Amino acid sequence: MADTVLFEFLHTEMVAELWAPDPDRGPRAQKIGLSILESMGFRVGQALGERLPQETLGFREELDVLKFLCKDLWVAVFHKQMDSLHTDHQGTYVLQDNSFPLLVPIASGLQYMEEAPKFLAFTCGLLCGALSTLGFQSLVTASVTALPACKFQVVIQKPRGPVPSLKEAL
Amino acid sequence: MSRQANRGTESKKMSSELFTLTYGALVTQLCKDYENDEDVNKQLDKMGYNIGVRLIEDFLARSNVGRCHDFRETADVIAKVAFKMYLGITPSITNWSPAGDEFSLILENNPLVDFVELPDNHSSLIYSNLLCGVLRGALEMVQMAVEAKFVQDTLKGDGVTEIRMRFIRRIEDNLPAGEE
Repeated sequence: MADTVLFEFLHTEMVAELWAPDPDRGPRAQKIGLSILESMGFRVGQALGERLPQETLGFREELDVLKFLCKDLWVAVFHKQMDSLHTDHQGTYVLQDNSFPLLVPIASGLQYMEEAPKFLAFTCGLLCGALSTLGFQSLVTASVTALPACKFQVVIQKPRGPVPSLKEAL
Repeated sequence: MSRQANRGTESKKMSSELFTLTYGALVTQLCKDYENDEDVNKQLDKMGYNIGVRLIEDFLARSNVGRCHDFRETADVIAKVAFKMYLGITPSITNWSPAGDEFSLILENNPLVDFVELPDNHSSLIYSNLLCGVLRGALEMVQMAVEAKFVQDTLKGDGVTEIRMRFIRRIEDNLPAGEE
């Protein structure tokens, strides 16, 4: 069983590697880097979801699924629960983590705010992938107001169908 | 009551697979980014090195092991403390060279390769090469220049996975060796 810090070390190195400084890269390359991290997260989220026992997969309510992500998934991956979950009851959910472990290392001061999206892309994909296995297509984005706090916005797509916005670079 | 217990086991299962799943996604991505297996192997080694130079601090802080006096002690610490702490396995140490500067780590199970099969067109891929980089980077930070490489791999049909460790030299100055 792999120790939990290994994932954090690996994630940091993945962000650095898939973001290798290259004079030819511009904003378009940045977007590609983010979507690669996101699609990796998606695959991992899907796989994690697939390993759940059948009874867990029988969630009735959308809200139950989101609560599961905020508690069980978050504890499994980040060893803490999500700090808050808000919804408009119309398919949009905002998940707030006041001390997101993958942002804590860059949380000293404002100068790393620009870097924050790189550290959130994989996790957005993870949430999206887990939701996909649990039967929901979604669009997940993240934003940072004050490091290391961040918000994940999950919009459940209705009705269930292909997701054009998540480019699976597979 | 049982729902609570189920929740705990689910979390634990997900947690233990997170690293191996993420590692698998990384290797898959690198195979897309690089044209040949050799380049992927080099990239995994480099990334492992970068992880190793930071992981050593985590290791020293949590394990409380003192300074190793020779390569044999180092081998023991790597197999019985480090591998156990980070990957939950204890490789056996065998095949010491007469000069005491080389040994093998034998892994009966390699947690990184659960659920992994190498496709036919990647026969030169050293799937777990990150581990070699980690060992190299971590040991460099404690003043040892070593070479680590896979000589047997269950993914390639061998019975066990074997990493050969070779002591090159002690690093005298405190500046880390440059990375090419």
